[in-house]
Amino acid sequence: MIVIDGLTKHFGPFTAVDGIGFSVAKGEVLGFLGPNGAGKSTTMKMVTGFLAPSAGTARVCGHDIVTSTLEAQRVIGYLPEGAPAYGDMTVRGFLKFIARVRRLAGADAEKAIGSAVEATELEGVLEQPIDTLSKGFRRRVGLAQAILHNPPVLIMDEPTDGLDPNQKFEVRKLIKRMAAEKAIVISTHILEEVDAICTRALIIDRGRIVADGTPAELMARSRYHNAVSLTLGGRTTVEMAAKLRAIAGIESIEVSPRGDETTFTLFPVRTGEGDTVLIDAVARLAREENWQVRALYGEAGRLDEVFRRLTRSDTNGSGKEAA
Amino acid sequence: MNELLAVFRRELGGYFATPLAFIFIVIFLFTMGAFTFYLGAYYESDQADLTIFFNFHPWLYLFLIPAISMRLWAEERRSGSIELLLSLPIPLWAAVTGKFLAAWVFSGIALALTFPMWLTVNYLGDPDNGVILAGYIGSFFMAGGYLAIGSCLSAVTRNQVIAFVVSVAVSFLFTVSGLPIVMDFFASWAPQQVLSTIASFSFLTHFNAITQGVIDLRDIIYFATLIGAWLIACGIVVDMKKAG
Repeated sequence: MIVIDGLTKHFGPFTAVDGIGFSVAKGEVLGFLGPNGAGKSTTMKMVTGFLAPSAGTARVCGHDIVTSTLEAQRVIGYLPEGAPAYGDMTVRGFLKFIARVRRLAGADAEKAIGSAVEATELEGVLEQPIDTLSKGFRRRVGLAQAILHNPPVLIMDEPTDGLDPNQKFEVRKLIKRMAAEKAIVISTHILEEVDAICTRALIIDRGRIVADGTPAELMARSRYHNAVSLTLGGRTTVEMAAKLRAIAGIESIEVSPRGDETTFTLFPVRTGEGDTVLIDAVARLAREENWQVRALYGEAGRLDEVFRRLTRSDTNGSGKEAA
Repeated sequence: MNELLAVFRRELGGYFATPLAFIFIVIFLFTMGAFTFYLGAYYESDQADLTIFFNFHPWLYLFLIPAISMRLWAEERRSGSIELLLSLPIPLWAAVTGKFLAAWVFSGIALALTFPMWLTVNYLGDPDNGVILAGYIGSFFMAGGYLAIGSCLSAVTRNQVIAFVVSVAVSFLFTVSGLPIVMDFFASWAPQQVLSTIASFSFLTHFNAITQGVIDLRDIIYFATLIGAWLIACGIVVDMKKAG
């Protein structure tokens, strides 16, 4: 439903987006990741027809965003970064305006507003000016605006930014519920979100795509993929580490003591697929040695580590955000 | 057209959603009255017409119209809602025109509310109501001219105060371009042709012609062209500036 081809944007000498190309099918939720300033928002602004690309184009449901901008914009629901709205309007007035622009009138408009309000749980604040709402409500007004005309393509720039954990949960639930019949693109730098709702993740850095795959595939690129974490209580000795290292298939061990516990992280030898034996072997050893096991689990991989390794446009911001 | 109407209704409703409309109209009517009766010495003039009243319009508009127009685009850019507006399926021309028309109709409402002046003059004497109507039409078109200038300059910045000050300055130049304050600057060196061109840009010249009771098509065309040109410029500026 979305086909992006060689999309490029220059701002003077600076290249914000550098020949990005990908496509999103119906039923997919694409997580658009990248540090601040990597070009996520600029890409979204071009796909939604707000900014004209310097080169390349995007087709949304068959409509070229450069040559048939309005047709493409009709099938897109867009939540811009920060969920801007007209603050002096009431929620109802604002949604009515959007309905009119979307060419919904009369009963159709009422129905569309009703279901968008229900989905975003805005019933209680319909008559309030948007300026007086809390950040969470304002974000939801932006969401209601984006889904009002039940668009086949939904593009959301940081939909959960600034929401509390409960609100994040609700928004994610809403996105998941809509996912089946839409093509959805969300940008985020909250990595747990990718794992929670995205069927596919795309990492961009300095305007280029540096990784593209399912969250599981991206996590498989982590050095923690299939690593085993073992936390032991009581006194730990050097021999323990030596015994662990003796297990077949272990490449290296990291030891990190914390209080009266010690966590050993065991990294497997990278041979390709199937290192699951590692955890069994570790469990067996711990039982035989009668160690006080506090925790033992296999790691799927860490997205933040993959993210940090692949991106470096904004080293200050990204590290903090990814943690 | 649908989209233009949606933008128009939203904008016009926006004026009345806040105390802005009320305050503006009250101050507009109050200053109009104060200028006419005190500064203009309306009663002492002993004339049953509204010439004095209309003579103050350009000077009041000079400050009050930029107060309406300054928020048109600057506010959209400051709050980021411009990204929402221009990613909705609204053609740029419809957004520019819809906003302008809303502001124009709003200033028209304020102007229409000066009707007690007209009642007064009809009560006191027997004025030529055709001339008065011409004056109102001329005033309305002139307000449109000021608004179009202000609308374009409001798109240049995200700071409403800057938009206001620059609009007042540019509007001032357009108002007085036929008066000595501008003409003296050019008179010593510019050829006659240039001088008359500059003078022909003056709002005052065209407005005064209309308030004499003669609605010359050329004066109306002047204001219509001016509005059109500034709105096209506004569209270009909005399009250029939206990235920033």
